[in-house]
Amino acid sequence: MKRRDFLKRSGLAATSMALPVLAQQPPPQRFQPVQDIAPLLAQLTGGATPQPGGIEVQLPAIAENGNSVPMRIKVDHVMAPDDYVTAIHIVAERNPRPLVASFHLHPASGRAEVSTRVRLAGTQKVTVLAELSGKRFLMTQADVLVTAAACLDESM
Amino acid sequence: MRAMAVAAASLALAAAAQQPPRPQPLLAGTTFQSPEARQMQLDDFANPGLLWVERGQRLWSEPRGAAGKSCASCHGDAGQSMRTAAAHHPRYYPAAGQVLDLEGRINRCVTENEHAPALAWESEELLSLAAYVARQSKGAAIDAPLEAPARDLYEQGRHLYFERQGQLNLACTNCHDMNWGKTLFAERISQGHPADWPAYRIEWQTLGSLQRRLRACYFGVRAELPAFGSQDLLALEVYLAARARGLELSPPGVRK
Amino acid sequence: MILGRIQVPPNVRKGEPFEVRILVQHPMETGYRRDLNGQAIPLHIVDKLVCRVGGAEVFSAELGSGIAANPYMAFYAMADASGEVEVEWRDNRGETGRVSAKFSVA
Repeated sequence: MKRRDFLKRSGLAATSMALPVLAQQPPPQRFQPVQDIAPLLAQLTGGATPQPGGIEVQLPAIAENGNSVPMRIKVDHVMAPDDYVTAIHIVAERNPRPLVASFHLHPASGRAEVSTRVRLAGTQKVTVLAELSGKRFLMTQADVLVTAAACLDESM
Repeated sequence: MRAMAVAAASLALAAAAQQPPRPQPLLAGTTFQSPEARQMQLDDFANPGLLWVERGQRLWSEPRGAAGKSCASCHGDAGQSMRTAAAHHPRYYPAAGQVLDLEGRINRCVTENEHAPALAWESEELLSLAAYVARQSKGAAIDAPLEAPARDLYEQGRHLYFERQGQLNLACTNCHDMNWGKTLFAERISQGHPADWPAYRIEWQTLGSLQRRLRACYFGVRAELPAFGSQDLLALEVYLAARARGLELSPPGVRK
Repeated sequence: MILGRIQVPPNVRKGEPFEVRILVQHPMETGYRRDLNGQAIPLHIVDKLVCRVGGAEVFSAELGSGIAANPYMAFYAMADASGEVEVEWRDNRGETGRVSAKFSVA
């Protein structure tokens, strides 16, 4: 990707020609920093270590406005009466309140699949944590490049 | 010979004034949106603007004002009576002695027929009613009549459209005729048609009128914002409707 | 009353999951925005949503300010007999809303 295209896509072309932009890296976000979500995840899992994978997370690679980013989550696990996905949590490491939502499912949900629209306060990794019967956990992360941040962007 | 040439030139000028230069081909606003925004607009359930349409449907049957009438009292089923209403606005109303856009027409009914106070610009009530009425015209082709004095307002709008303004010294035509389809910051410039308005703008996190969007354009070029309901905004609406004549209405739109 | 919409297929197969779609009209004010006088606009969000089929809960959500304005949610439910899907929500000011839709089991 040419530098000019990259700057245009990141929305920084007119405002930050002075900022050095490293190729292949997202531009530095000066307003809302990325936080360490490990303590929050530990709180949600009760200290258990989540297994990576097992969750399909559909998010656009580029969100043109962080105020509303569509998201679809599919957990690859049965929904049987004694073995089902009990909860799905969405964590956004750069949001001022990283815990975005918690969904609670039942066997009668039939399918561990949820869609919603989230706010993202800048380019970041979005983490999805799924809780299964027996306090087991799955985790998947997805990168989203956000060209107009939500939460801290005052617009007309 | 010279007289004929002058006459021909005048005729051509007059004809051009009636038919604004239009982008070719004429493209709906969704063409320039991201796949996510386009999908949101086309979703007949989850388009956020439909919440205002639904609220408008309830308001349509609610009595308002001293006359104790609702919109339904006179207009019955909006699906029938308002079927192409939005496509024919803005237009001149002899009884009102002025050109009215859809919001202005709704407010005239509210004040003159329902004897209620005018609904404020961008109020939830006016937005909901405008969204509901406009939605009934989905699929209709824009066809706003241009008899005088609408024609005067058209000329005013045309001058505004081609006039550079603001700190950035840009005219509407610079972006929406000369550079549509190209990328500006993180978005693609549209042709600037009014067909999908009122629209849910993700940046506003709510539904807004075309006038609000035009004001945002003024903000974009760092020009002073005309007031809601001003002649300038109405004139631009008249011009844009003429420029987009024939384009299919699809409100409520969804925009970034 | 917080306005909302629901979409449920009118006919579903016994024991087969079907999608429930919800759209709620709410600003989901984050508490971080300021008005034109510089005053912070207080937090105002839908924080809880519950879905029941035949009176039994099948899905619930705890929402934060990280959910977009005019919250949209789609999830799945299952039923053995014809009935009604009911969804209720409340915001942090105690305002509530609900919608419901009937479905037939083939």
